[in-house]
Amino acid sequence: MTRIVFATADGGRHEVEADAGASVMEAAVGAGVPGITADCGGACSCATCHVHVDAQWLERVGAPEEHEAALLEFADNVGPFSRLSCQIQVSDELDGLALSVP
Amino acid sequence: MSGSSTDRRVVIVGAGHAGGAVAAQLRQFGFAGPITLVGEEAYPPYQRPPLSKAWLKGEAGSETLLLRPADYYAGAGIELRLGATATALDREGRAVQLSDGSVYPYDSLILACGARPRTLPVPGAGLDGVLALRSIADADRLKAVLRPGLRLAIIGGGYIGLEVAASARHLGAEATVIERESRLLARVACPELSAFYADTHTARGVRFVLGAGVEALTGTAGQVCGVALSDGNVIACDAVLVGVGAQPNDELAQAAGLACDSGVVVDLEARTSDPAIFAIGDMTRRPLPLYGCTWRLESVPNALEQGKQAAAAITGRPAPAPEVPWFWSDQYEFKLQIAGLPIAADQVLIRGNAGSGRFAAFHLRSGAVVAVEAVNAPQEFMAGKLLIASQKPVDVAQLVDTGVPMKEVVASSAAVCA
Repeated sequence: MTRIVFATADGGRHEVEADAGASVMEAAVGAGVPGITADCGGACSCATCHVHVDAQWLERVGAPEEHEAALLEFADNVGPFSRLSCQIQVSDELDGLALSVP
Repeated sequence: MSGSSTDRRVVIVGAGHAGGAVAAQLRQFGFAGPITLVGEEAYPPYQRPPLSKAWLKGEAGSETLLLRPADYYAGAGIELRLGATATALDREGRAVQLSDGSVYPYDSLILACGARPRTLPVPGAGLDGVLALRSIADADRLKAVLRPGLRLAIIGGGYIGLEVAASARHLGAEATVIERESRLLARVACPELSAFYADTHTARGVRFVLGAGVEALTGTAGQVCGVALSDGNVIACDAVLVGVGAQPNDELAQAAGLACDSGVVVDLEARTSDPAIFAIGDMTRRPLPLYGCTWRLESVPNALEQGKQAAAAITGRPAPAPEVPWFWSDQYEFKLQIAGLPIAADQVLIRGNAGSGRFAAFHLRSGAVVAVEAVNAPQEFMAGKLLIASQKPVDVAQLVDTGVPMKEVVASSAAVCA
């Protein structure tokens, strides 16, 4: 299991256990993290699972693919560390990953 | 009504995407009373869109279909009554009767009964091998027959039919799409998009028979083996998928005397003609303020939006702002995203080039964007949503010039009319 920590817009902190191979979005939705609605269920179509990756994790998480980057361009509260969490695959090396939900 | 009351009961009839989402939304909005979620199928709420796409192709496992883990509901204090249907509503006594005879009283009732596939009113429609696609059980049956070389006849050139055609080709099956209209997606897409999909599928081996009426399905020993067309031709096949639209499951609401008009009529709080009863998702006919009409939207985003409307009303929150409806469809390597309703436009402008596999069709009415169909064009989709919501005229020269970034198109539309 991989531990992921979400800081939510309402000031909350949610620690979620995620299975390797699942997406970070799936882990968040399963745990009911507020602000991650994932309307399209992970089809990279809607930008409703937007997160900001903590700077120290950026390199391990990596940069968005073209389609994801294009969606992010128009998302609200987008920043240099923005990603769509449905496109981040959970792996052992992400244990402790810190994200905030804009 | 306050959101903190713990003695108010909510009963949700229908445990599809809408029912599952509204239950969770109520908890997120702080509703603390008992919630019962009644579902006909054996599964907790799951996602239907992948059933024609990633799941059918074997790229996504069954566990990824669930909206939330199965143990979420118990943890959130949501009683799941699966394998049960609601048989009657007692509006005066505010209670729902289930198929097992149990009776659930409610303070607020949410109908989320969905829709069911239309069947073909022709001889042979009941033969073995004639399939529809809505539920996991349907998808299991379809997946079980799809194999290399299988001849699949798909009746209906809409999104379900085309997505299944793409998945069937991926699995090595032959696919013939039979469509009554003279083009694919005739009722829901512009001619340019229809032509793009016809070309795309044809290049991947899908055959099309357009402008063709179906007279009968023919069979041997109870198993379907052909589709007889009104022009006398017969399309030989091993299985048939019928994808000719869906009809709302509004019988329970009708029997209870709720206002219905091909779908349960609701307002922007998702409230029916009975203030204690809400209805959400595919079964409803709802107002679309941006379009000045009512519509029956069959989509996940609409189910989620109406779930939000109902949960807000029940917990005493302001109604969410009117949204831009949107849809998506994945076929082969092409990701289609649609915002708005491609209806009642007086002008359709193409940005980009369909031949490049990346383009968008903008639908305009009186110079303002009312819909966009975007193929592998996420900027156009996202910008289109903003333009539709703004209802402001757009600079058409900029809109069709791929050299002008969509951000700029949105900015100048806002500036011109500020």
